[in-house]
Amino acid sequence: MNTPGLPRLVAGLRSPSGLTLNEHAECHGALADAPRRGEALIAAIAAAGLRGRGGAAFPTAVKLRAVAAGRGRRALVVNGAEGEPMSSKDRLLLELAPHLVLDGALLAAEAVGARDLVVTVKRSARSAHAAVSHALTERRDTRGVRLQTSADGYISGEETALLHQLNGGPATPTLAPPRPHERGLGRRPTLISNVETLAHLALIARHGPAWFRQLGTADHPGSALITLAGAVQRPGVHEIALGMPVAQAIAGSRGAPVRAVLVGGYYGIWLTPEAVASARLDDASMRTLGAGLGAGVVVALPADACPAAEVARVVRWMADENAGQCGPCVHGLDAVADALERLVAGTAGTDVVARLQRWSGQVQGRGACHHPDGVVGFLRSALTVFAPEFEAHRRHGPCHACHRHPILRVPTVRERLAA
Amino acid sequence: MSRRLTVDPIDCTGHGACAELLPERVQLDDWGYPMLADEPIPEELLAHARRAVAACPTLALRLELERRAS
Repeated sequence: MNTPGLPRLVAGLRSPSGLTLNEHAECHGALADAPRRGEALIAAIAAAGLRGRGGAAFPTAVKLRAVAAGRGRRALVVNGAEGEPMSSKDRLLLELAPHLVLDGALLAAEAVGARDLVVTVKRSARSAHAAVSHALTERRDTRGVRLQTSADGYISGEETALLHQLNGGPATPTLAPPRPHERGLGRRPTLISNVETLAHLALIARHGPAWFRQLGTADHPGSALITLAGAVQRPGVHEIALGMPVAQAIAGSRGAPVRAVLVGGYYGIWLTPEAVASARLDDASMRTLGAGLGAGVVVALPADACPAAEVARVVRWMADENAGQCGPCVHGLDAVADALERLVAGTAGTDVVARLQRWSGQVQGRGACHHPDGVVGFLRSALTVFAPEFEAHRRHGPCHACHRHPILRVPTVRERLAA
Repeated sequence: MSRRLTVDPIDCTGHGACAELLPERVQLDDWGYPMLADEPIPEELLAHARRAVAACPTLALRLELERRAS
């Protein structure tokens, strides 16, 4: 995947340890020399068309302006919760390019007038936490910055859930409005932004919007980090130009035929090989197919895996990841996951797919956050793309591939306890 | 100025009083939680809607002035 103009975010990176402050300044230039600051930076971000990289692809400049217009003392939260099990891009950035993320956080804080600045890293990402902690000791401009761990769990990184937690509550979403820019950390107007988004912001402050737009599409400009998994030649985190064909991203898949491709993680959708031929990795293109790019997870499911078992396992885990708050999500997703498990075991009634569709419709849009919507979006696309496999399981029960090593990872109980 | 029913899904615990008192606008899902019709409450239903709001044991049901689409 050699693209002219790349790498940007991952320039100069090498495992296992991150860039020191000097190496970072050599690679990207010193923060003090970044020409776009304050209001001019917000204008540059708007011109660059930067969209958030946490999953929602919301225009970053709109958020910046909303917080800058807030009253009183303002706050900034760097969201490194990365709850998507198959995504590891935020952890990678925090580990290997902590200074780029901190540059972005400081620039954004300055632009919106935030004096309280918290960097959150999920509990299980210990080396990311250590890298940021070390990076903070290297700098003199981060005295007010706090580093905090956040709960692991799929929805812990949902912005109201993260703020709820930072404010001393559980890691559960709250009803919006009030939105974070109105009332966030310590009830202050708060900018809450994904790790990768802030790293892009730090580069736009240095190189400007025209440079940023040299890659990507008009609607979704720039580069992005994606996490590739499954039947691909080089699994792991890659920096791509947005708008890259999905086929190109998964090209050279070790000769293994691909049954379907999941784009957007566990709120994402499945693409058939035919859809893969024309689909592109940017939010607008993906939305025409049913769901956005999410946090950039792309999984090529090999033809010898069992899609029915994979999907049922993910839906069960996602159902269990509910916050325990909204009835339709708590009971609805549990019922859906149950029915799906029975379907795969071959013990469900003939009307099980109709029931799944009915329940999906009832759950859609009924939560305080978008967890139920994301899960049923994933399920519905699976029911369409893998209709023959689901029907075979309903009739005949588990197949020989049901118990193969999972392609779609869900954290095990042991991993959760260790974290 | 039209009014619309909303439910706070976090506060709602599915008592179902709203569906009893305002079946014209509230249906229960398969687990007993209210699904609200996505339309304003007409004048003739307003008294019933207010009664449903007042009867909600968890104060999850609200009658709000219609906000302009933002």
